[in-house]
Amino acid sequence: MRKKINQQKLIKDIANESYFQTVLRRFCHHHLAVVSLMILILLGGAALLAPVIAPYSPDEIVGPFSGAPSKEFWLGTDQIGRDVFSRILYAMRISLLVGIMATLISTVVGVVLGLIAGYFGGIADMAIMRFTDMVMSFPYILLVLVAAAIFKPGLWNIILILGFVDWPGIARLVRGNVLNLRETNFVKGNIVAGMPLRHILFSEILPNTVAPILVYATSVLALSMLDEAALSFLGQGVQPPTASLGNMLNGAQSLTVLTKQPWLWIPPGLLIIVLVMAINFIGDALRDALDPNSNR
Amino acid sequence: MSHLLEVKGLTTVFTGDYGKNITVDHIDFHVDEGEVVCIVGESGCGKSVTSLSIMGLLGKGGAVIDGSVFFDGRNLLSMSEKELDKIRGDQLTMIFQDPLTSLNPVFTVGKQITESIKAHMHLSGKEADARAKMLLEKVGMPDARGVMKKYPHVLSGGMRQRVMIAMALSCNPKLLIADEPTTALDVTIQAQIMELLGKLQRETGMSMILITHDIGLVANMADRVFVMYAGQMIEEASVEELFERPVHPYTRALLDTVPTIRDDAGRRLVSIPGIVPESYDNIKGCRFADRCKYRRPECDMPQEDYEFGEGHRAKCIVMKEELTGGN
Repeated sequence: MRKKINQQKLIKDIANESYFQTVLRRFCHHHLAVVSLMILILLGGAALLAPVIAPYSPDEIVGPFSGAPSKEFWLGTDQIGRDVFSRILYAMRISLLVGIMATLISTVVGVVLGLIAGYFGGIADMAIMRFTDMVMSFPYILLVLVAAAIFKPGLWNIILILGFVDWPGIARLVRGNVLNLRETNFVKGNIVAGMPLRHILFSEILPNTVAPILVYATSVLALSMLDEAALSFLGQGVQPPTASLGNMLNGAQSLTVLTKQPWLWIPPGLLIIVLVMAINFIGDALRDALDPNSNR
Repeated sequence: MSHLLEVKGLTTVFTGDYGKNITVDHIDFHVDEGEVVCIVGESGCGKSVTSLSIMGLLGKGGAVIDGSVFFDGRNLLSMSEKELDKIRGDQLTMIFQDPLTSLNPVFTVGKQITESIKAHMHLSGKEADARAKMLLEKVGMPDARGVMKKYPHVLSGGMRQRVMIAMALSCNPKLLIADEPTTALDVTIQAQIMELLGKLQRETGMSMILITHDIGLVANMADRVFVMYAGQMIEEASVEELFERPVHPYTRALLDTVPTIRDDAGRRLVSIPGIVPESYDNIKGCRFADRCKYRRPECDMPQEDYEFGEGHRAKCIVMKEELTGGN
C-alpha cells in the first residue's frame, strides 16, 4: 500500500516537473556522463584557478633542465627548466579557451546561416548551402594550415580560424530542422497571429532546435580542442612561450624526449584524451536527455 | 451594404514538378458581420487552399494569380507583409486542422497565449496574464492558472484545440477562419468543440468561416453554406435551403451519403461513384459530369452560376432546365 502511494507520488512528480528537471533526471541516468561532467568541472576549475594553484610561473625558468618529477617539481621540468605542472595548468586554460571560443563562433555563424537558408529558401538557401559545401569539401587540415600561414599563428588567430572552419555542420543541422519547423502549424499560427519575423525566427524556431545544436556543439568543442592540439603540435598554432596542450606535445617530436623524458608528453597527451572523451560523453548524454521524444 | 469579407474571382495556382495546377478556380463568396459561413467539400477540393489564400499563407509553390480579397474594405492581396501582420491575429485569425502540432512544444501554454496578446493589445505582462486566464476560462478549461504553466505535450487534443481557440480569440477578431477544427479529435470532443465555437460566436458576434468535409456539422452552425467541388464553388444557399432543396447533383449526392438515425436497418450507406478528377484545368464543362447520373450533352459546356431563388445559386445547367423550365 505504502509502496503504491509512493509510486503515485513519483508519477505525479514526474508529470509536474519542469523541462529542466526532466533533462536533469535523464542526464543523471548516464553515470559515465555524470563522472565526465565532474572531471570536466574539476579540470576546468583547475584551469580557471591556475594562477592560484600553480606553484611556479609557467614561463619562467625555475629548475634544472629536463628534470624528472620530484617533490619540488611534481611533473618534472622541461628542456629549459620550466615547471611542467604549472605549464599544464596554464595550457589547459588556453586549450579550453580556444575550444570554447571557436565553438561559440562556429555555432553563431552556423545557426544564423542555417536559419536564413532554411527559412527563406530559394536563392539565399542555394547560395549559403553551396558555400557550405565548398567549405566542407576542402581538405580541412590544409585549409587550417594555409589560413594559419597567412594570418600568422597566434592565440586569437587560431580561435578565429577554427571558428570559421567548424560551422558548416551546424549550418546544415539547423537548416534541416528549420525546413521541418517552418511547415508546422505553430509557425503558421504565429504568422497568422501577426508576429514579426524576428520573433518567429529567434523566439519560436530557434528554441526548438537548441537541443541538437547543443549536442553538436559539444562535439565541435572536442574537435576544435583536438585541432588546436594538432596545429600547435605542427608549430602553426599557439606560439611559445605561451603553453597549450598541443605545443607542449611538440617536444615529443624529438626522439630523446619521446623515449627518455615521458613526463614531458604523457601528462598533456593524457589530458587531451580525458578532456575530449569527457566532452563527448557529456554530449552523448545530452542527446538522450534533451530528446523530447524519449519517454524515460 | 458592404461585406466584412468579400472574395472575388480568387484563383490560386500551385506550381510543382509536373507543371501548374489550378487548385482554386475563380471562386466568389462573401461573409457579412456576425455571420457563420460554411465551406463544405471533400478532401482535395480546395477548401484549405482557399483559407490559406485569404490569410496569405500559401508558402512555396502556391500563388494567387487572379482575384481580390476585400476585408473591411481593404484588399488583403495587395498588402505588404507588414500591413498584413497588423490585421492578422488582430482582426482576422485562424484555427488549424491539427491541434497537436499547432502549439510550440518548448513553451508553456501561458507564454504562447500572452505573447500575441502583448503584441497586438499593448498590455503589460500582468494584464496579459489576466486576460489569458480569462480566455482559458471562457473556452471551458478547468484550472486555467495551472494550465498556463503546462507544456503542450501534457494536454490532450481537445484541450489543445481549446487553447488554440483561446489564442485565436485573444484579440477579439472580427473574423475567425476555422479550418476543419475538429478533424483530428474524437467524436464526443468534436461535438464539444463545435458547441464551444458556436457559443463563442454568438457571445462575441464575430463572423466565422467554418471549413469542413462533414456536412452534418454544418446544419447546426451555419447561416449560409458554400459547396466546393474540384476548385469551384458549385452551390451557395442558406442552410435551410440547402438541406430542404439541394440543387446541384453533387450536393444531393453529398447529402445522401450522410446516414441518419431514421434510416432503415437494411439501408446501405451510399457513396458517390468515381473520384475527384486529379487535374481539372482542362475540363471545360461541368467538373462533376463524369460522376453525375443526370449527365447530358450540355454538361460539356462551361457552366455558369444559375439562380434558384433568393441567395441560392448553383453551377448546373441541367437542374436549371429541369427545375425552372430553362428560364
